[in-house]
Amino acid sequence: MTLASPVLLIEGLTRYFGALSALNGVSLMIAPRERRAIIGPNGAGKTTLFNLITGHLAPSTGRIRFDGAPITGLPPHAVARRGISRSFQRTNLFPKLSMLENLRLAAAADGRGSYDLFGSIERYRAPLDRARAVAESVGLLGRLEEVAGRLSYGEQRQLEVGVALATSPKLLLLDEPTAGMSPEETQRMTRMLEGLPREVTLLIIEHDMDVVSSLADRVTVLHYGEVLAEGTFDEVKADPRVYEVYLGGAG
Amino acid sequence: MIVRLLGVGALVAAAAVFPAVAGAYPVKLLQEILVWGVFAMSLDLLLGYAGMVSFGHSAFFGIGGYVAALALKQSPHALSALVLPALVAALAALVIGFFSIRVSGVYFIMLTLAFSQMFYAYAFQVAWLGAEDGIIGVPRPRLLGLDLANRTVFHLYLVVLVALAALVLWRVVRSPFGHVLRGIQENEGRMEAVGYAVQRYKLLAFVIAGTVAGVAGSLYTQFVGSITPDAFFWTTSGEALLMVIIGGTGTLWGAVLGAAAFILLQSLVSSYTERWMLILGLTFILFVLFAPGGIVGALRGRVGRRA
Ligand SMILES: Nc1ncnc2c1ncn2[C@@H]1O[C@H](COP(=O)(O)OP(=O)(O)OP(=O)(O)O)[C@@H](O)[C@H]1O
Ligand SMILES: [Mg+2]
Repeated sequence: MTLASPVLLIEGLTRYFGALSALNGVSLMIAPRERRAIIGPNGAGKTTLFNLITGHLAPSTGRIRFDGAPITGLPPHAVARRGISRSFQRTNLFPKLSMLENLRLAAAADGRGSYDLFGSIERYRAPLDRARAVAESVGLLGRLEEVAGRLSYGEQRQLEVGVALATSPKLLLLDEPTAGMSPEETQRMTRMLEGLPREVTLLIIEHDMDVVSSLADRVTVLHYGEVLAEGTFDEVKADPRVYEVYLGGAG
Repeated sequence: MIVRLLGVGALVAAAAVFPAVAGAYPVKLLQEILVWGVFAMSLDLLLGYAGMVSFGHSAFFGIGGYVAALALKQSPHALSALVLPALVAALAALVIGFFSIRVSGVYFIMLTLAFSQMFYAYAFQVAWLGAEDGIIGVPRPRLLGLDLANRTVFHLYLVVLVALAALVLWRVVRSPFGHVLRGIQENEGRMEAVGYAVQRYKLLAFVIAGTVAGVAGSLYTQFVGSITPDAFFWTTSGEALLMVIIGGTGTLWGAVLGAAAFILLQSLVSSYTERWMLILGLTFILFVLFAPGGIVGALRGRVGRRA
């Protein structure tokens, strides 16, 4: 595949819920700077894959390596500190805090200053600057002081991605970032993601094939917890099995 | 900001000179409010900022009270009055917190309650803590050459310490750490997901709150001159919770207002009727139903939210 050693290496990942195997022997290799889309029908195991990577769920079997080091079994905050950040399929913000504070908390999560008991947050410029920069890139700069819970649905989805981005991750996992967005909002989000520095490796779960085709270098198709196909968007689209289980119904 | 500082300064000054214009009973009431105010503020750090409903905060109040009583009887100095009670309370909070923060919600409530009731049962039984009579005849300390047995000196000492405790907590809730606590209260899962080791922050908050509660307990012993197992009893935690909720959570000064309302109402009502608990219950129900933001919330609603 690529010469560079993979950022993310997943081997034989399996997760059971009772008798159901939500994920079944999935192996995956993501190269540095790659933008990979994960597609597949509802219940295919896409979100479960993310939950396993970020430590929100423990795998039944299988191994995950990030940046050459094993991260299997680490708690979510430790995974995040290594440089993996995620957005959630169901919006997961700090609804009573201002938008700026939502982003600042994420940007300050490297721990420096977080145990400062008597200082002020203004003393720490870097997280504040990062929060403002992210607000600008997700198109919310005008509403910094607005309480997150009062933003429109579309704005909350933008902020959801913003919070994930604010931690300055090496690997960004986005779980259906455009779900429920209007076509204009989806386009704006796609452009924003396209504009991200290439150093940020991207793994995106997405149902909108326009977003997938304009964003992804490669596409992995999950079906019943297994990798059904993998390749460029055109290769995957031309695969009759993929058409049958997914694109036929969705397209 | 300036207006606020002046306002707080005026309040502290008024509290300091209060004995010059008021009789012995009102002064006693004010001192009681101050001591309970510190205790309630320390609980508000958990309840109103970190979102941790502790029903065992009396453990640290009692520990501070008993350590102060034992130590002051040995040697009536500042070390006994303040340093030791704070240290032992901090240590106890570290241990209790270590186990309690592993669970949340109802389980956290039950676990903290259970710990505090263990202390109650122990203090109630053992002779070296005076069993059910507690420890009486505790002398007030000498501090920086000042004799706190003197009523005026003791009052000033109390006002200064309470102001200091309020200042410390006020700085803490506005600090980066305080902001982390608010994030945890709002959405613990997302804090974890962006990289905060949530448990560590909760434990630190628990230790800070326990330490300040220990100081409050010690001040209580010095104020009353004795300490009984009741300090550990769950009603002590319950009353502090009521004060914070009646005053308004997540504001600190609401806790002090709540303590004032609680203690004034108690002294007023119990001089007319035996049914203090009934009146208290009704007041609480009315607050929860009609002023869920507590006294502070109601005041803000009236004045209009300040930006
Ligand atoms: N915590 C859980 N407990 C039990 N079953 C679960 C849990 N999480 C997921 N599942 C099940 O695992 C399967 C995969 O779910 P998952 O959420 O990963 O699908 P998905 O591909 O993200 O679907 P969607 O497109 O609807 O988001 C589903 O059958 C789901 O019901
Ligand atoms: Mg999903």
